Amino acid sequence: MNPDALAIFWPFGIFISMLFIIGLYCVLATFNLVRALIGLELLIKAVTLLLVVAGYISNNLALAQALVITLIVIEVVVMAVAMGIVLGIHSHNSSLDLRKLKNLKG
Amino acid sequence: MLINIIILICLILSGLWTVMTRSLLRAALGLALTSIILTIIMFRLGSPLAAVFELSVCSGLISVLFISTISLTEPMSQQETLKHMRQRLVRFWYLPFVIVAAGIALSFLKMPLDFKLSVTETMQTVRFILWDVRQLDLIGQVIILLSGVFGVVILFREGEKR
Amino acid sequence: MSSLLILVPLICVMIINLPPRKIFSKLGFWVALVLSLSQIYSVMTLPLYRWNSSFEIISSNFKFNLLVDSLSLVMLVSISIVLLSALLVARELIRDEKKMLNFLSLLILLQAGMNAVCVITDIFSLYVFIEIISVISFILIAFNKDRDAFEAAFKYIVLSAVATMFMLASIALFLLIAGDTSFMSIKAGLADSQHSLIIMFGVGIFICGLFIKGGVMPFHGWLVDAYSSAPNSVSIMLAGIITKTVGIYTLIRLVSLVFGFDSAARNVLLALGALSIVGGALAALGQNDFKRMLSYSSISQVGYIIIGLGCGSLLGVAGAVFHLFNHSIFKSLLFVNSAAVESQAKTRDMDKICGLAEKMPLTATTSVIATLSAAGVPPFAGFWSKFLIILALWISGYHAYAIIAILASVLTLSYLLTMQRKIFLGKLTSELSNIREAGFGFGFASLILSFIIVGVGLVFPFIINSFLVPFWNFLGV
Repeated sequence: MNPDALAIFWPFGIFISMLFIIGLYCVLATFNLVRALIGLELLIKAVTLLLVVAGYISNNLALAQALVITLIVIEVVVMAVAMGIVLGIHSHNSSLDLRKLKNLKG
Repeated sequence: MLINIIILICLILSGLWTVMTRSLLRAALGLALTSIILTIIMFRLGSPLAAVFELSVCSGLISVLFISTISLTEPMSQQETLKHMRQRLVRFWYLPFVIVAAGIALSFLKMPLDFKLSVTETMQTVRFILWDVRQLDLIGQVIILLSGVFGVVILFREGEKR
Repeated sequence: MSSLLILVPLICVMIINLPPRKIFSKLGFWVALVLSLSQIYSVMTLPLYRWNSSFEIISSNFKFNLLVDSLSLVMLVSISIVLLSALLVARELIRDEKKMLNFLSLLILLQAGMNAVCVITDIFSLYVFIEIISVISFILIAFNKDRDAFEAAFKYIVLSAVATMFMLASIALFLLIAGDTSFMSIKAGLADSQHSLIIMFGVGIFICGLFIKGGVMPFHGWLVDAYSSAPNSVSIMLAGIITKTVGIYTLIRLVSLVFGFDSAARNVLLALGALSIVGGALAALGQNDFKRMLSYSSISQVGYIIIGLGCGSLLGVAGAVFHLFNHSIFKSLLFVNSAAVESQAKTRDMDKICGLAEKMPLTATTSVIATLSAAGVPPFAGFWSKFLIILALWISGYHAYAIIAILASVLTLSYLLTMQRKIFLGKLTSELSNIREAGFGFGFASLILSFIIVGVGLVFPFIINSFLVPFWNFLGV
């Protein structure tokens, strides 16, 4: 095992997991729909950074960059569809409050 | 390495500000700021193409999407927002302590954490990999962009029956 | 040949959306019909070596690494049968031309995505096509733009995106130990780093993401709302094949090929499978809305597949795959019939509907066939798959789980028969007296599906050898 690789991995690993936890907290603990989407975006950034770090350590940056580019394209489409659905909810309920979405029970 | 750690701390701080701030508009701007700091880190790690993509798409396009959605939908009134923020912070006061304590406890256990790293020797360019090796991903991107177009046409059509 | 599975639907979508929309939009339905039927036909007739060889023109331009084996063939035939029935139902329910064209384009793109997931050998491309399927299902759930559908779609988006992030994080961790993202490199890398906690954490997180996407019991929060609030033709697809492909098929493929059946994985699969079976069945008992009851029943049947997979033996995995096929057929039939009932009675509350059997005889009969297959009553197809799973559990020594599976079968029979009794038997109430039999599309789809159930059930004892032998090769046992 390469001791150098693990030494680089650890600081990045800690910060990436902190960003991941911040993103998860934002998704789980918010009352506003758009804030949940912002939390999702933070999660995506954490995973992007993890991919680039993994590529950097294993000297495979070309593959990692290709994966990151594909990932960014896909996430833009997911965000666009999510925005459409948020606008649809707003047009029905006139508010973006998550607690008002109690129409479906159980 | 020290500079990397400083930039990473800035990343975490801007992430925290994005989550904790009161108004939605500032949260969207915080997201763009986080994207810019992430771009700097990726540049330093030697992946310029991915960094430029991230900068132009995530801090450009997605911020425009968020800000247009926020401006099209009325945010909650200021009083309600302040009350929620205070409630949220009070509810989760124990969370940072729990995480730090868990981290310290984990670092004392002797866990087998080494893995066999695989290092590639050949140096291929991103262009070669994207267009020649991962063609299936390109077909996938075409399909998802097409379905995104259909989705936007269906979901954003105004004046439909409710 | 296998790359045609992805390229042909893509080209068809581009063709039916060309500018002279008036001409091409009329062709849309027939194009989609021909695509599904030709996929069924080619799975039935082409042998495996023809699937894996390719034409010169295609393989010189497109270098995909696709592999078709017997598990992929089972999935391909289920996908095309479910899409065919959803197409026939959609023809009845969607009347507007433009909406129908959008729906058909999304359906054909969905077919391309699901075909790709079944034949891929690379974990990142698997993520790309799983996201394609998810995005198309978000759009389809919100297709009719009513309030419940938007709420269900939002919950689904958030949970599905969190699951995707888990899967991507573990792909990044796998990139550390394998130089590439193909299944074989990851398997080789995992063999070297078995002891490392980081890599095992990556494997665990990936499987958690797959459980969220597949709707296994503690992670099933989005499933019931999404299935019941979606438009009817979309519910057929969601319950019949989408969740199965994205969650359960991927789980079977990865656990068998890449991660391997070690005892920790087996215990987790068995425990969660048993929890899903019992939890889904108990929750279904108390529902008034028949679509929600069918959704909880889906969770319960997925538990059977997971518990068969957790067994680890050849018989268990073969039983699990066969139950996947059976579940997609009988659950689609139940959803087609519920769409027929809802389109005629205009309500989903079971307490308000009574005695429809005299007015809708075809729907009632096919619904009884689906109920008996779901509960595992011979000679229908469901009996054989449940029998294989319970037999595999008993032989491998997990007697407690086998008894749970048998008892839950009784529960399944009870709530599905309750649904039958409430909707179809009894006296016809006065406000429902002018109901007719549902349209031609519903009837045709339910007839095809019930023929498949009865046919497979009767023929299975004779083909059991040729069914199990491909699984020897597949598992490398």
